[in-house]
Amino acid sequence: MVSLKQLDLTDLSVRQVNEYLHGELLEECPARVEILNPDGLHSIAAGLDKEVEIDILGHAGYFIAGMNQRARVTIHGNVGWSVAENMMSGVVRVKGHASECAGASGHGGLLVIEGDASSRCGISLKGTEIVVGGSVGHFSAFMAQAGTLVVCGDAGPNLGDSLYEATIYVRGSIHSLGADAREEEMQADDFEKVAELLSRAEMNYDAREFKRVSSARSLYHWNADAHQEY
Amino acid sequence: MSSDKSIQREESASFNEHSLSYIRQAAEYGLYEIRGMGAKRRVPSFDDLIFLSASASRYPLEGYREKCESKTVLGTRYAKQPIELEIPITIAGMSFGSLSANVKEALGQAATQMGTSTTTGDGGMTPEERESSKTLVYQCLPSRYGFNPNDLRKADAIEMVLGQGAKPGGGGMLLGQKVSPRVAEMRTLPEGIDQRSACRHPDWTGPDDLKIKIEELREITDWKIPVYVKMGATRVREDVKLAVKAGADVVVIDGMQGGTAATQQVFIEHTGIPTLAALPLAVEALSDMNVLGEVQLIISGGIRTGADVAKALALGADAVSIGQGVLVALGCNHHAYQRADGEEVDVTGDYAKLGTAPGYCHHCHTGQCPVGITTQDPELEPRLIPEVGAKRLKNYLQVLNMELTTLARACGKSNVHHLEKEDLAALTVEAAAMAKVPLAGTSWIPGTGSV
Repeated sequence: MVSLKQLDLTDLSVRQVNEYLHGELLEECPARVEILNPDGLHSIAAGLDKEVEIDILGHAGYFIAGMNQRARVTIHGNVGWSVAENMMSGVVRVKGHASECAGASGHGGLLVIEGDASSRCGISLKGTEIVVGGSVGHFSAFMAQAGTLVVCGDAGPNLGDSLYEATIYVRGSIHSLGADAREEEMQADDFEKVAELLSRAEMNYDAREFKRVSSARSLYHWNADAHQEY
Repeated sequence: MSSDKSIQREESASFNEHSLSYIRQAAEYGLYEIRGMGAKRRVPSFDDLIFLSASASRYPLEGYREKCESKTVLGTRYAKQPIELEIPITIAGMSFGSLSANVKEALGQAATQMGTSTTTGDGGMTPEERESSKTLVYQCLPSRYGFNPNDLRKADAIEMVLGQGAKPGGGGMLLGQKVSPRVAEMRTLPEGIDQRSACRHPDWTGPDDLKIKIEELREITDWKIPVYVKMGATRVREDVKLAVKAGADVVVIDGMQGGTAATQQVFIEHTGIPTLAALPLAVEALSDMNVLGEVQLIISGGIRTGADVAKALALGADAVSIGQGVLVALGCNHHAYQRADGEEVDVTGDYAKLGTAPGYCHHCHTGQCPVGITTQDPELEPRLIPEVGAKRLKNYLQVLNMELTTLARACGKSNVHHLEKEDLAALTVEAAAMAKVPLAGTSWIPGTGSV
């Protein structure tokens, strides 16, 4: 058994790295895997299904740690589009900033972005918990069905447009709310939830500084008089 | 002013009874019509083509004695494990939610018995469906309901759905009465709400992103299974080229005659191009890209008979996909459903309660399907028994393949994939122009300069 396995993307292709992570990793069982020189490459560590620590040392491209299950992946840099897309469980942490659609359609697990996330963060969310240390762009949590988005900075236009049962907490300013989203008073369980997520995300903010946004549920049944407020 | 009574009663061409009825309904309810079952108007179709079967210049094969091969392989471009089918007729994606679990099981059983594939839909993969289907294509839809990497790895192919023929550019609407506890759980939605499916994928916005997205799915499945890209037929030539560039193993083009469970009437009747027009454009695009034979083409949208299948193959498709025809084979729009003992139970009264009649029903969206197909109602669903449905569907698929091979042999082919454009002629100028085959009795192909 090895405790640390290093995979260098200057020598290996993404295919070879993922092949190891889907195959030999299960036999070798290293405690930790370091992926060196990601250099903006896409789909690194996609489709993981093992309780393993993975550190990607540098900036990475699209769909990093896509569909993650059980693994703890840390990206020591920025990431491109759709980090942790459709994640099922485990933890994905981005030490830098994330591009659009971070955590798109994720079913479970925790996604932490220490910097800013761009637009559509948490789009079509289905249960993942996302904590963003900085700000999020427009249409974040668009059509989010379940799960939580915690934004420690500001939120851009149309936050939570067409929300279902997901909940959004924002510490900073909200540029504007999307269709059917509304601000609601924080309750005891909201403070508890935010505090717990901040703690797991290792972010040092006071839960009392956050606002809650959720669905007004006025569009849950089709309504011709909604004037296209969908 | 004329006193002729028949002229006084003459209908306006623009404001005929159909248009008047539409305007009155819109004015009264303030709602547009949502329905299923494809376009009601007639558009140029495979019916407008005929086969120039063999006589002297071609030598036919004996229909009942000489074999005609129908094996079909899909996904040979990148996948380590291409799909191998006994017939070039596949079952199109239709969701659990729109259809009952019994129907999904019946589809799997029939497809397995006939050596072909069936396809999941918007609601994800049910265990019954996976168990009953030897070859199952897993759809990756914009809504991502029920999308799960474990199910993805159980699939035999992935179909990235960009749109469907009945509503290209549109999302879906599953009315609340069909969002049962099981459907709600699979889709992570509250029970009983109107579920709106997205019209575009959440995590990519253009062909360059799509390429990266497809690579991600391949990485997750270790490049083992084929990736299909399915699109509603609109700008076919451009769309097919972009799908090929994005890395599709198989391109699926769904023409405007495709059925659906529920969409706006205006989509069904006024978007997309006919299957007949779409197919030659798709073939030309593959040819332009030099990938004919490398990237396979599936055509769908209004395929009903073995003749339709044969014509599609002759025009260059590798396989066809059928949705609405499959539902009709199961009993959709039939006046009765069949019990396990073979007895038929008349449900004409149930159709009447919906304000419709067998043969004219397009109430899939209401969940009140009298024959238990497009429903989640616990009383209606048992009306379709999986084994009974599977038997009917197997019969239908078998007939289609027999008709296909019969026509192929009549054209002198020992393999259905040897059917070619030269075997066809068109009955109308429109069909000749769209299919790019000669008008019957001439060598004229409109628009090509040939005479």
